[in-house]
Amino acid sequence: MQSLTLSAVTKTYDGVAALSGVGFTVAPGERVALLGHNGAGKSTLMKIILGLIAADSGQIEVLGAAPGSHAARAACAYLPENVAFHPSLTGLEMIRYYLSLRGEAPAQALALLERVGLADAARRRIGTYSKGMRQRVGLAQALIGTPQLLVLDEPTSGLDPVSRREFYAILDDLAKAGAAILLSSHALTEVEARTDRIVILSKGVMVANDTLASLRRRAGLPIHLQVTARAGAADQVADHLAGQRRNGVMVDLVCAAGDKRARLDQIVGLGALVEDIEITPPSLEDIYSHFSKGGAA
Amino acid sequence: MNPILATAGAEFRIALRNRWVTIAVVMMALFALVLSAAGSAPTGVLGADKLSVTVASLTSLAVYLVPLVALLMSFDAIAGEVERGTLPLVLTYPVSRGQLLAGKFIAHLGILALAVAVGYGIAAGAAMAFDARAVAGLPALLRLYWTSLLLGATFLGIGYAISAFARHPGAAAGLVIGLWLVLIVLYDLGLLAAVVADDGGSFSTVVFPWLLLANPADAFRLYNLAASQATAAASGVGGAAATIPPMQALVVSLLWPVVTFSLALFAFRKVTP
Repeated sequence: MQSLTLSAVTKTYDGVAALSGVGFTVAPGERVALLGHNGAGKSTLMKIILGLIAADSGQIEVLGAAPGSHAARAACAYLPENVAFHPSLTGLEMIRYYLSLRGEAPAQALALLERVGLADAARRRIGTYSKGMRQRVGLAQALIGTPQLLVLDEPTSGLDPVSRREFYAILDDLAKAGAAILLSSHALTEVEARTDRIVILSKGVMVANDTLASLRRRAGLPIHLQVTARAGAADQVADHLAGQRRNGVMVDLVCAAGDKRARLDQIVGLGALVEDIEITPPSLEDIYSHFSKGGAA
Repeated sequence: MNPILATAGAEFRIALRNRWVTIAVVMMALFALVLSAAGSAPTGVLGADKLSVTVASLTSLAVYLVPLVALLMSFDAIAGEVERGTLPLVLTYPVSRGQLLAGKFIAHLGILALAVAVGYGIAAGAAMAFDARAVAGLPALLRLYWTSLLLGATFLGIGYAISAFARHPGAAAGLVIGLWLVLIVLYDLGLLAAVVADDGGSFSTVVFPWLLLANPADAFRLYNLAASQATAAASGVGGAAATIPPMQALVVSLLWPVVTFSLALFAFRKVTP
């Protein structure tokens, strides 16, 4: 059974389509990244999955239950974008409260805060926390119990690079334990290595839903080769390879994915004229803009 | 722990940190002290015991103060959560909106119960210190206490309903103060003016008693004054108290909290996070 099944989900605000016919699934243990520009419909879709707002049409099944039903809410964890808490409560009190709401023992609160690296500030009021610290409180509450589906809206915003790594390590553990994870992000490079599949929304329409490797293949974007020539040989190398000289020693080449081998053979053939080769495959940013501009059509 | 009690605990802690508990208690205590000091002179003339007289004065005080404190505590309850952005997250938890609202209600009513107990306790203590017969007024004080909580509960519900309806704390604050002014101050003045203009006509005899009963603050005042032996010390609508059976006023006082809480829940369910 899928943890999350969406089909033909449509939502319209004042005649403007926020989501049109969005459908995909998330399996247990799968990490799916939801990408899209601001206003692409990511947060709206998440709120529909959580039952906070109702879709106009389409089917949504959350762990076999209706979104927003008691059963669905009991098994779902949510981390909203720019998560907020009451500033007068301490991190510990806040987590104790959320534990009580889920019917868990409040005594676990400190252990949860330790897990997100917030044990030292646990007894300080949330009003004194930085954005990153609030985000950690948000993550701590999302870890309560054993959520079977985690819906995380921009979970790493406000976190420093080290915290982001720790955060994804926690997610990996959860996924290994069988939790399905749907997360949105603007930081494409971190999503690249940390998720199994990518769903791209553009103006409320799903334009891609595939693994990164497969999206890369389908986009067919050119590969960049950067050849470093021996001192003084840049012109010669550029002529031979019909490339663009960038500076005294560098030559830039662009080739289709299928021509890569032939191109490399050509470069190797130049022998001692070439000192180094750098191969840059299309980045997630390239793939993302390819699909979000309607490249999938 | 039960989600309602957990919410009540968190809300109580928040009110404690935000000084709402202190403000409510100090406000009630201060007014009770002033009242005790001011009301100490005329007892001998009236012949009633000192506490019964104090209860009559406290009734007039509670009519203003209890709704005010209740509204001040409740106006932020939902609008504040919307403004801070804390509502969407808590609504994804397996708790109902009714449970959340009930938790807030229990915390706020508890604070009110504490503040009113301190205030009335001071007034009673002062009365009993100077008059040995004051024990006779204790039943009236007790009645005043629990009806004050009913009145407070009614206005907590009104505050929540406004809070959910307004969605912004600023707008909610303005609305509750406006409503307080209308229900507590202007309502009686308007009725009085109408009675004077009517000059003993059908309005005064038929409509007026019902209009008095319809207002939770007036129903509270009517019940306490009618049930109390100290009506002589009462002013304002005291005269009308004689024409309305206290049972009716009590039923209205009991119904209002249920009505306003249901209204609040209805408004809260309409809030889209």
